[in-house]
Amino acid sequence: MRRWDFALAASALTLISGAAVAADVKLAYVGEISGSGAVSGGNFRDGVILAVEEINAAGGVLKDKIALSQLDTQTNPGVARSQMQKAIDGDPYVILGPIFSGNVKATMPLLQQAEIPHLIGGEAGELTTLGDRYLFRTSFGQQIGMPKIANYIRDELKAKTIALIWVNNDFGKGGRDNLIKQLAERNIKLVADISTESGQVDFAADVVKLKAANADAVFVYSNEEECARIMREARKQGLKGPFVGDTTLLSQKTIELAGDAANGVQGHVGLTADAPIPAVAEFTAKFQKRFNYKPDHNGIKGYTGIYAVRYVTEKKLGKLDRKAFAQAMHGLTIAPTDEPSILIETTWNDVGEIDRISFLAEVVNGQQKITKILPKLGK
Amino acid sequence: MADILQLLVAGLATGAIYALVAIGFTLLWQTSQTINFAQGEFVMLPAFFVLIGMSYFGMAFWPAVAVAAVVSMIVLGYLFKRLMVDPMLRHGVLPLVIATIGLAIFFKEAVREFYGADAQPFPPLVAAADISVLGVAFALQSLAVLAISIAAVVALQLFLSRTRTGRCMQATAQNPTVARLLGIPVERMILYTFLINAALVTIASILITPIYLAKFTNGEWLGLYAFIAAIVGGFNQIRGAIVGGLLLGVIDNFAAAYLSSQYRMAIPLLILIVVILFRPQGLLGRIEERTV
Repeated sequence: MRRWDFALAASALTLISGAAVAADVKLAYVGEISGSGAVSGGNFRDGVILAVEEINAAGGVLKDKIALSQLDTQTNPGVARSQMQKAIDGDPYVILGPIFSGNVKATMPLLQQAEIPHLIGGEAGELTTLGDRYLFRTSFGQQIGMPKIANYIRDELKAKTIALIWVNNDFGKGGRDNLIKQLAERNIKLVADISTESGQVDFAADVVKLKAANADAVFVYSNEEECARIMREARKQGLKGPFVGDTTLLSQKTIELAGDAANGVQGHVGLTADAPIPAVAEFTAKFQKRFNYKPDHNGIKGYTGIYAVRYVTEKKLGKLDRKAFAQAMHGLTIAPTDEPSILIETTWNDVGEIDRISFLAEVVNGQQKITKILPKLGK
Repeated sequence: MADILQLLVAGLATGAIYALVAIGFTLLWQTSQTINFAQGEFVMLPAFFVLIGMSYFGMAFWPAVAVAAVVSMIVLGYLFKRLMVDPMLRHGVLPLVIATIGLAIFFKEAVREFYGADAQPFPPLVAAADISVLGVAFALQSLAVLAISIAAVVALQLFLSRTRTGRCMQATAQNPTVARLLGIPVERMILYTFLINAALVTIASILITPIYLAKFTNGEWLGLYAFIAAIVGGFNQIRGAIVGGLLLGVIDNFAAAYLSSQYRMAIPLLILIVVILFRPQGLLGRIEERTV
């Protein structure tokens, strides 16, 4: 009798737990939790966690809770592939990440084959040109951002010569190639083209070369930690600038790491926690309260990515269907009136490229100050 | 010409830090035949001790540095010797080498677990400014790093050559058996060496972290560079470690500027190969004869 009781209880438990697992909306974050991309990946992950907690507290997606798994690429393409395969084996509905373009590129074929939608943090221009119908950006690709920066260099800085220092990975190489093309179209001369390594710590020699170039402006295009080290070394050696860059150079993390050395840096930011938009300010306050640090653009990317998943699933599909999800995302615009937690009106085109307003900014007294709001390209 | 001088000073500043760490390598080797492959992590840790003092205990920078120095001497000097070197060394050099590799991984992962994988800002010792000498601007921070490193090395040399304890340490390094016969407390002298090594890595940590930021991976390349510097200069000579460190810092900077920043990591390894092939005892090292 006891044996029967035990068997019944065990069966019931299995059924209940099985039902609970089956009812969960499984999402996976595969990102740079450690390694040289930890700053970006950590921010993105925390944005994802915040959104998942909020959605679960509000009843979940289609009344089911989100079950989020987290896997660390260690900022290594080889590890990223194995971790992505592990995530795919867990049969997730949507995957968030990776953040580094090299890791996105390494894992993309696996996701394409598995037909799982993935919202990436990578910004390398070529990612949306590789024919992956399941890939969607959470921020601008470089081909969208670089023309805006080149215009800024020409119109606001009025620079005729540029010294460029960039990180030699997929992100940096893509940005460099795009920028050089845009500068050439605007007759701005590149007088120094300095490649650096991901994770590099000593920039003394590179800054000496920047100084020797004597350019009208210095363009810094690297990941957050390296941007901060470059700025510290540049100030150490008395390089005056002006320094111009994209989102990573002006990010909150770069400012925090570079300290006073970041003051005076200016440029274009696709997303920022300092955007003069009440919804963004509200998100920033929530994030800061939850994680005890100020988010950068990657935190916003992770947060809005999850809300995009909820919006499409609940408002456009009414079911969990990966193929239908990918189809619905192409050409989709989500406005804050439809989904307040999307924060800023966002459009995805037919290849997963993103379009939204962006900002010109300057670092003043350790704070990012928005100087101008640039409209969506589609407007 | 200005570029070359700036690169030279920046290279000497970096090289001086390698030299401090490399001296630690040679000191430990000379007195106790210890090759510490966690030496890089030993440089990474004191910066985190400072940050813990500042962020968790609300201490000001310099008191936090003082506390970090004491903690480093205890953990990286005394405890390292007592808990790892003493029990392992009696089994030979190789088990100890492997144990220190394990210790390096432990320290690295512990910092990542406790403090996170992100880099952390670290207060600079001097303001970011430059000084103009004969029309050439030199970074004040580089000059400060260079000056403090030179002061530390000179102080160490004076201690070793002008004090009774220092001479006893040298005697221990040269021949522990004879030193013991002469009544020198050899064990204590070896312990002093470990404490000096802890002090040197603390200084290196405080000097290098403001520029490179505090991160759990900092020890990987620092340990490698310092090890190469010690071999290039001569593993059994303090002055060899100094020359090796400075040489490596300068060559690394010039290679990055005039050859290729992609291959800069390969240059020290190339130098190492050349030195091992043509002068295995190092540039200033002496040939050690094995006893049968």
